[in-house]
Amino acid sequence: MPSSWVGAPVLRREDDRLVRGRGRFVDDVHVAEMLHGAVLRSAVAHARIVSIDVTAARALPGVHAVYTAADLGPVNRPFPLPVPHPKLRPRTPQPLATDKVRYVGEPIAFVVADDRYIAEDALDLIELELEELPPTPTLEGALTGTDCILHEELGDNVAARFGQSYGDVDEAFARADVVVRERLVSDRSAGQPMETRSLLAVPDDATGKLTLWDTTQAPHVARRLLATILEISEDQVHVIAPDVGGGFGPKVIFYPEEVLVPFAARALRRPVKWVEDRLEHFRATVQERTQIHEFELAATKEGMLLGMRVKIVHDTGAYVPWGVIVPFITLTTVPGPYRLPAYEAEATVVYTNRVPVTPHRGAGRPQAVFTMERAMDRLAQEVGLDRAEVRARNYIPADAFPYDVGLIYRDGSPLRYDSGDYPEAQRVALDAIGYARFGAEQASLRAQGRYVGIGFAGYVEGTGLGPHESARLRVDTTGKVRISSGAASQGQGHQTTLAQVAADALGMDMDDIVVTTGDTDGVPYGIGAFASRLGALASSAVKIGAAELREKIFRAAGALFEVAIEDLELADGTVRVKGSPSQAIRLGDLAVQTSGAFPGSTLPKDLQEIGLETTAYFRPAQSTYASGFHAVKVEVDPQTGLVQILRYVVSHDCGNAINPMIVEGQVQGGVAAGVGGALYEQIVYDEGGQIVTGSFVDFLLPTAAEVPDAEIHHIHAPTPLNPLGAKGAGEGGTIPAPAAIVSAVENALWPHGDFHLRSFPLGPQDVRRAAFDGGAIAE
Amino acid sequence: METTEHRIRIVVNGDAYERTVPGRLLLSDFLRHELRLTGTHVGCEHGVCGACTILVDGAPARSCLMLAVQADGRAVTTVESLAPSETELSPLQAAFRKHHGLQCGFCTPGFLVTATAYLRDVEEVPSRREIAEALSGNICRCTGYTGIVDAVEEIAATARESVAAQGETHAV
Repeated sequence: MPSSWVGAPVLRREDDRLVRGRGRFVDDVHVAEMLHGAVLRSAVAHARIVSIDVTAARALPGVHAVYTAADLGPVNRPFPLPVPHPKLRPRTPQPLATDKVRYVGEPIAFVVADDRYIAEDALDLIELELEELPPTPTLEGALTGTDCILHEELGDNVAARFGQSYGDVDEAFARADVVVRERLVSDRSAGQPMETRSLLAVPDDATGKLTLWDTTQAPHVARRLLATILEISEDQVHVIAPDVGGGFGPKVIFYPEEVLVPFAARALRRPVKWVEDRLEHFRATVQERTQIHEFELAATKEGMLLGMRVKIVHDTGAYVPWGVIVPFITLTTVPGPYRLPAYEAEATVVYTNRVPVTPHRGAGRPQAVFTMERAMDRLAQEVGLDRAEVRARNYIPADAFPYDVGLIYRDGSPLRYDSGDYPEAQRVALDAIGYARFGAEQASLRAQGRYVGIGFAGYVEGTGLGPHESARLRVDTTGKVRISSGAASQGQGHQTTLAQVAADALGMDMDDIVVTTGDTDGVPYGIGAFASRLGALASSAVKIGAAELREKIFRAAGALFEVAIEDLELADGTVRVKGSPSQAIRLGDLAVQTSGAFPGSTLPKDLQEIGLETTAYFRPAQSTYASGFHAVKVEVDPQTGLVQILRYVVSHDCGNAINPMIVEGQVQGGVAAGVGGALYEQIVYDEGGQIVTGSFVDFLLPTAAEVPDAEIHHIHAPTPLNPLGAKGAGEGGTIPAPAAIVSAVENALWPHGDFHLRSFPLGPQDVRRAAFDGGAIAE
Repeated sequence: METTEHRIRIVVNGDAYERTVPGRLLLSDFLRHELRLTGTHVGCEHGVCGACTILVDGAPARSCLMLAVQADGRAVTTVESLAPSETELSPLQAAFRKHHGLQCGFCTPGFLVTATAYLRDVEEVPSRREIAEALSGNICRCTGYTGIVDAVEEIAATARESVAAQGETHAV
């Protein structure tokens, strides 16, 4: 047994079954008498529904039911809004469209049949009469347009206008030596986990309980929402998220199908399964990232920041299923690692005839970092300083923590950075990539006709937000400790990391600890996986619970043997009285003894507590702020626009790492998502609201041939905010990647400083056009 | 909406099956739902992501782009055949675990099958670049590929012969 499991690169428990092909993903679950669903989705972006005729569909052999809005009754209401905001005029989705459809993909009807093939045949038989309406052509068109209003009672397409500020921005601009202004754009993308969304609802006539196998990142949230909508008790709903094939954000929210499938199962009294196919996923699962950012930055001629104004316009798609988290986080993330004395930021959130928008890996931070880091590059050019130097001058120093930024963060608490070392993160990354000697290297490569550049970007990321996370721990009769958590896993390795934490806190071997996640029956309350929170919170709940359980074990053994707790020791799954080998009891037997060894027996007289189990929660005082810095070296071919990444260096602070192997896996995976988000993954809609990039043929995901092996350097800045000193590690690999890569491409094409790249994703056509417009190439 | 039905004979992982299937049934659905071999996963149903990769007569194929009837008379190998026993993993599977080459595990069977065929066929020890290109027909959204390439690189250098033997086992 190692001296500490926490901090060790323990190989994963999950892997044996997964490499054998014995994972249990929702579509792998087979239940007798299962029926299969398919959703009729709108093929137009904006229309009034005039009529729906399902007669022919219902008559098709093998079809058991076809539901439209009329058939759902009171269940067909707009969903509750999970994250309210006082300035938001929310319009949330509902299970099936009633009078209007507002995006290509919006659900209109639900068919249940013997198999998916027949269900899809039935979709083709549904007769739909639609009166098409003008769709929002672009984001700006949606904001100003009067003929394309999605939710007519609102009068326009503005979902929200809100802002935050601190300091005296007017004064900052009045005394500035230098003001730089730019307009930057980020475009739509999609998380595209390898497993699409899937649901299997299994009703139980005898108990009235419904079991829902669900690819959700938040089982307890899904359970609560479904119970609320069906007007039943949470106790009548059991949500199980088994093995889930990637999440990244899109699987956290509650979807229409999460009502349709259970509704049908209950109505038909048969299990009903629905599996989204990939082409459907492009129209049915949330997307993110279209934003327009206009900023002006005031500074001294030495490059010291004085103040900044930022205005963003955010495309939320046809509804707000979750809230205005993404633009809110963008606004609060822009200041980043810098001392920015004055700041004024405003967001306008706009409804558009596109798939709804909720957080995807980064959750608005890639856009924010793009804004600030491009601003710093621009400022560097303006004042004639090196890009690294202008940043170094403005970093919050390492001894300034806790540091109050002056804003309120998305969890409602003040934005207070708890720990970090931003100058060190930059120094380590730039040293590693050889930035100091790059000027000469670049000139020599250019002389050979090669366009090579270095770009970089830093970030600060709020992680580990509340309200809480849970763990229930119990010693079973075999002596193993079984742990259930509100955590849900889509690849993060919680079965392994939470067992590591418990093993240390209990003083037991990891092999004697079994962790399950993603099951609402396992623990009464839970929250789930999003916003890089579980590494900090679920681990803390387990640590607290394990310490409580250890004390219970000792108190119970003390009562049994009638000795003081100090006279006991726990080793090899056995509690012993020190120096008295005959007074020992295996944990499993202790569990039996303390919970009533047999009916009618008497418990030990000094025993205060029944059984060996406990439920623990960790409730953070505020978010904990991870940070990092990416430096990227790229080679650009200005004729083809292709960008090749030569080196990718990461400095990464996630506080204490529970399992360094898993942390590096998260960073590397995040970098892949970041590279994809910077160069490849773009969802394009035409002005008619049709998705142009609606399959993997057009929406490009980076492969092993495109993604570099990140060189990861750890910055050690543990947090005082939780018992593990851990910060989230799930998104840091992604957040600064677009900013760093775009900066590198610009440096490759214009080494002497010129600002030409104002958007991401940056496809080959964008690079070529910029290269031509900016004079890097002649034709 | 009439569908034809066909009797097919197919060997999967060395076991012979005879079934009547609709003409339009995909091979991926046949393996997963008719034979309950759910290790092969479906990621896109348009042949890009590689999650559904199996071997057909020893050659990698996208089971989402094949009909079950097209596998009549053929021998199919899926991920379930790779481990030598209930208690041991193949060297490639063990290497995936050792190098953290999987996170959610959904793309993993496709990678394992693709890599098994690649390692069987590759003639010289490949570079990382060559391995990455050989695997570029399989998409992963979790790992960023480093651990996967590490695992294949290790096996390419050390244990190619034993993997080659496995890949041949179920060829017709």
